[in-house]
Amino acid sequence: MIDVNKQGEVWVFAEQHKRKLEDTSLELLSKGRELADILKVPLAAVLLGENISELCEKLGHYGADKVYLAEHPLLGHYQTSSYAKIIDGLIEKHKPQIVLYGATPCGRDLAPRIASAIKAGLTADCTDLQIGNHEIKKTGEVYGNLLLQIRPAFGGNIIATIINYDRWPQMATVREGVMPMPEPDVTRKAEVVKEAVHLSQTDLAIEILAEHMQAKKVNLKASRVIVAGGAGVGSKDNFKMIWDLAHCLGGSPGATRAAVDLGFIDRDHQVGQTGTTVRPSLYIAAGISGAIQHQAGMSGSQKIIAINNDPEAPIFNVAHYKIVGDLNTVVPMMIKAIKEKV
Amino acid sequence: METKSVGYDCVVLVKQVPDTKRITGQAMNEDGTVNRAALPAIFNPEDLNALELALDIKDKFGGTVTVMTMGLPAAADVLREGFYRGADQAILVTDRRCAASDTLATSYILSCGVKKLNPDIVLCGRQAIDGDTAQVGPQIAEKLSLPQITYVEELISLDGKTIVAKRNLGNGWQEVKAELPVLLTVLDTANEPRVPAAKRLMKCKAAKSRLEVEALAAEDDCIDVDATCEALEEKDLLIKQWDLDFLEADLKWCGRDGSPTKVHRIQSVVLAAKETKQVESSQTAIESMIHELIVDHTIG
Repeated sequence: MIDVNKQGEVWVFAEQHKRKLEDTSLELLSKGRELADILKVPLAAVLLGENISELCEKLGHYGADKVYLAEHPLLGHYQTSSYAKIIDGLIEKHKPQIVLYGATPCGRDLAPRIASAIKAGLTADCTDLQIGNHEIKKTGEVYGNLLLQIRPAFGGNIIATIINYDRWPQMATVREGVMPMPEPDVTRKAEVVKEAVHLSQTDLAIEILAEHMQAKKVNLKASRVIVAGGAGVGSKDNFKMIWDLAHCLGGSPGATRAAVDLGFIDRDHQVGQTGTTVRPSLYIAAGISGAIQHQAGMSGSQKIIAINNDPEAPIFNVAHYKIVGDLNTVVPMMIKAIKEKV
Repeated sequence: METKSVGYDCVVLVKQVPDTKRITGQAMNEDGTVNRAALPAIFNPEDLNALELALDIKDKFGGTVTVMTMGLPAAADVLREGFYRGADQAILVTDRRCAASDTLATSYILSCGVKKLNPDIVLCGRQAIDGDTAQVGPQIAEKLSLPQITYVEELISLDGKTIVAKRNLGNGWQEVKAELPVLLTVLDTANEPRVPAAKRLMKCKAAKSRLEVEALAAEDDCIDVDATCEALEEKDLLIKQWDLDFLEADLKWCGRDGSPTKVHRIQSVVLAAKETKQVESSQTAIESMIHELIVDHTIG
């Protein structure tokens, strides 16, 4: 735990695996930049690994003023205990006011371990971060310039804004894909601060015996157009129509949890609270009723077309184009229209 | 550490949660807060997978399974369910001073409870469906200086001193080895939780916490609280009740005082498009919609 310190920096944990930075870390740098500018403090990235100093340049391009670089052979592979030990130490030493992590499997494994060690608060899976004030109603005391940590809770039915005003740093994990990816500025340079690392084999609590990582078959976050199908599509065969419409728009097929559970399509395609959060230019929802959990993952889309035969389907509440009808007729009409126009 | 000859002592940390998958109109109050009373309370789904893994370890290697929860007196329901499924012991950590605990305070309180039991393996579900934070497991591991293995999908081996488990990371998997004692967080894909055996269910229905016995005694003068609790204990059906004094917990780290995070605001979700255009399901109408999308550079 560190004391409230208004000069503290804003930090982003720069997650890398095999010397490749995670997209989420770059997205977080753009949000971190915004927060740091409001607070008028530097933005720093925290980078751990082995032989990864060449990544510092990229972190600078994406908005970091500084990179705290911790390199050591025992940091080559991510491990909870060794990474937490180094970051605990850096937080105690430099006293940042905000520390952000991607809500990736790694970030969600690491951040709570750090929060516990330094006795700091941690808000999971934020979908937005802002700077704002908090008033204690009873006393009228106002705490200014706090990190407002905004996240869905109760299965997406409520949005909670969480703060910590008396014990810092203010820490949050942030969902992948909810912050826009910034354009890199290659003229920006970050100052690199090399940190001494003291680790021994005993700091590694586990041994990785085997590992198999695969790139996801589909990158929904990077798709400009997503055509998603729900249980209403009816069958795996019929889901082919969703693929066809996606292909002729140069987009990717998406799905609701229900469609995935029914085996219509692979889980990599799932959009929503337990799947991927997307914000494409165009989202076409076919045969999707629009459960709140699904909406949580796609309502940030710029344009939404919803096709459903139930005029009362909740998906229509977020749609820009509402088509009440049978998707089996509407989707082929759309394919025909696009092939003729584009 | 010596190789164990008789099984493993497992503690499964479970949570009673509102069933967020079955939210109805009554679940939200007009002011946007959650009306917990309108939601059915259930055993957190992934905690059932953690319990199943512990029971599986007991079936294969012997040992004990303890279910522990922190919650209101009503949380005894999930502990009874733990008994139905095969737990040997149930512990309810309940104390008014636990109220308003965030994940950090909760993990501190539960870690005090786990410490009393000194288990070989602590198991939690990956996350609870009310908050979806996935924080309490790793935080307890840190407080007890245990190695943590998160996202466990399969137990590969246990040899008395070490555990090997397979983790599913979403975009791949890892096989990792750690020394015991260890803390695992378990995924819903790890197993299929067993259905309670009817015979066991009948026997364990009688399980009660002291608070529940006291509530019965308040209605019925014939019930002697101490005698009833003793009788339950003899049959291993007393749900043990631990408070913060028993846990020797430092109150500074419990409840509201021990919680750095506070709620600033709660809003109920109303997602809405700014403007909805109704499009007929006819070829002409759809063509003009596509035309609009090309003109405004959404597609094309």
